[in-house]
Amino acid sequence: MAAPIRTFVRFTSQAVARRLQGVQPRRRYSQVTSDKMHEQFPNAMYSRRKFYVSAAGGLQNGEYEWQDPKSEDEVVNVVFIDRDDVRHEVRGKVGDNVMYLAHRHEIDIEGACEASLACCTCHVILPEEYYEKLPEPEEEEEDMLDLAPFLTATSRLSCQIILTKDLEGMVISLPQATRNFYVDGHVPEPH
Amino acid sequence: MFIVFTMKLVTSFRCCRILQSFQRRSILGFHLQRLYSSQQQFRVCVVGSGPAGFYTAQSLVKNNKNITVDILEKLPVPFGLVRYGVAPDHPEVKNVINQFTALAQGGRCQFFGNIDIGNDVTVSELLDMYSAVVLSYGAASDKKLNIPGENLKGVYSARNFVGWYNGLPQDMELNPNLDTETAMVIGQGNVALDVARILLTPIEILKKTDISYHAQEALSRSKVKRVYLVGRRGPLQVSFTIKELREMVKLPGTRPLLQTADFKGLDKVIPGLPRGKKRLIELLYKTANEEPRNADRIETTNREWGLKFLRSPLEIIADKSGGCVAGVRFAINHIQEKGGQEIALPSGEEEFIKCGIVLKSIGYKSVQLDPIIPFDTAQGVIKNDKGRVDKVRGLYCSGWVKRGPVGVILSSLNDSIETAKTIITDIEDGTLSEKTSETSLLDLLTSRGVKTVTFEDWLNIDREERLRGQSRDKPREKISDINEMLDVAFKDKKDT
Repeated sequence: MAAPIRTFVRFTSQAVARRLQGVQPRRRYSQVTSDKMHEQFPNAMYSRRKFYVSAAGGLQNGEYEWQDPKSEDEVVNVVFIDRDDVRHEVRGKVGDNVMYLAHRHEIDIEGACEASLACCTCHVILPEEYYEKLPEPEEEEEDMLDLAPFLTATSRLSCQIILTKDLEGMVISLPQATRNFYVDGHVPEPH
Repeated sequence: MFIVFTMKLVTSFRCCRILQSFQRRSILGFHLQRLYSSQQQFRVCVVGSGPAGFYTAQSLVKNNKNITVDILEKLPVPFGLVRYGVAPDHPEVKNVINQFTALAQGGRCQFFGNIDIGNDVTVSELLDMYSAVVLSYGAASDKKLNIPGENLKGVYSARNFVGWYNGLPQDMELNPNLDTETAMVIGQGNVALDVARILLTPIEILKKTDISYHAQEALSRSKVKRVYLVGRRGPLQVSFTIKELREMVKLPGTRPLLQTADFKGLDKVIPGLPRGKKRLIELLYKTANEEPRNADRIETTNREWGLKFLRSPLEIIADKSGGCVAGVRFAINHIQEKGGQEIALPSGEEEFIKCGIVLKSIGYKSVQLDPIIPFDTAQGVIKNDKGRVDKVRGLYCSGWVKRGPVGVILSSLNDSIETAKTIITDIEDGTLSEKTSETSLLDLLTSRGVKTVTFEDWLNIDREERLRGQSRDKPREKISDINEMLDVAFKDKKDT
């Protein structure tokens, strides 16, 4: 009985708080279904070549992450550490895509290409023991990571991380944004 | 029992969503927002609707509840280089448009197209009307080679060529000479690779993209079989990135034409390189040394691309009639270390390479839009500190016009976040004053006979383009005539 009330209070209070702060309602991936996509987002016409499909199948584009865990067995607790070093404890579930999960919880991860492996705006850094537990990154992910500032040996694109029970307790750090985008010492110069 | 049932219902995800959407629309919520934010309103104007413009607006709206943003654009259509720079065969990069669309429809950020800053309204006038003005108008000009023959027929800047295949109105009449077997691209960056890839990609693939129809037609008749990308320095100094290189290596019907000698000894250097460069050079080295596969591919391919290193163009030579390009004379360079940088110096030898089209892809530069903008002409950027333009209060900049025309979309994002932070700091410490009048700019523009295109008007264009695309089995067919864009944009307004 207590848990549903908590969920209810959390949802409503969050929405009210957002409203109070004058924050525009975030675009809700959950509202996007494939047949309605074009009405809502006219530019969705642009094809998605490497579209993310969640591990649970069926639901795409962040919809799945908006569902609460159905049972405790599904729950995967993770911690995001944002660019100001603030910890955000998040109750995710098996099959969640870490980037869309972060979007749901308003953690400041971008996702310009919408999980199609065409940018590196959702770059995150993992602890080594969790990095090792993940499947190897695909070549295309590595290619994008090459362009990410503050790249580390345990960097990943969060849109390619799907939560499993193994990842319980994972700490996901966002790279620190600074003025210097050229971490490898590359200095742009005219030809 | 009833209560338990109700709670279950409420907690089910679907219901929460309905509840939330109800709250969003509720009159109470609306009033609360107004009350809460009624103390001070800061209106910010962003000049240019490319990634830098939209990202700056997003960051401002997200991080300060009292800011509203107007994004002004010269063209009737938004998104700048996302629409006109990103190659048509990279649709996934354009997904960011969805995010920008959500922002422009979110209520606190408005788009106004078809406004020529400098002519329709000056930057000073904008500064009078807005608390802050952010210049993010990109890099509208090209670097020049400054060699004889640069103005011959058949020599184009890569920028115009990109504009041409992407349907940019000003480049529609480019009509590039594709009646030749060899194309020479001067430059070894991502734009150079984009241009080469579009020249070599089989038309069956291109016609499924949102490439402009006239370019698609011209490319289907193209005789170009071979594209050289020429750089004045060596393989270690190329500036393209690995994704674009890999696409070239895997391009159907096309084979790489790399000289093994150019990459000799690189295998010893590779382990010591930083990760990004290391993987790039590894791929180049591997491709150059893959003779057996090249031999296989010669039978199945009819087009090829090659990288030429250590060549600086000296002169573009005309053919006998004197009007068209016949080839380029290059100085052969050698690399010398100087102050930690590798500099290309002429060795005294020269080489002539035949070609019928030259595409200059040696970088962009920004222009000074208005005399009041402090501009660094040597660097081609606005003089600024963390986005705050020198000496002009209320003026800021972001994107390429701020840091120079380099970097991927993430660089523009980070750069825009920095500028937004600077503006918010200046708002919080009282440097910027509140400006309230909401209609002043539109009134002024109307009085000057300027027809502004709103985001809703753009959606008319967008729908029409997608409709036109459907009949050709492609995602969209861009309208490339400004008057036609305006007709489509305002079609509802005409009827009434």
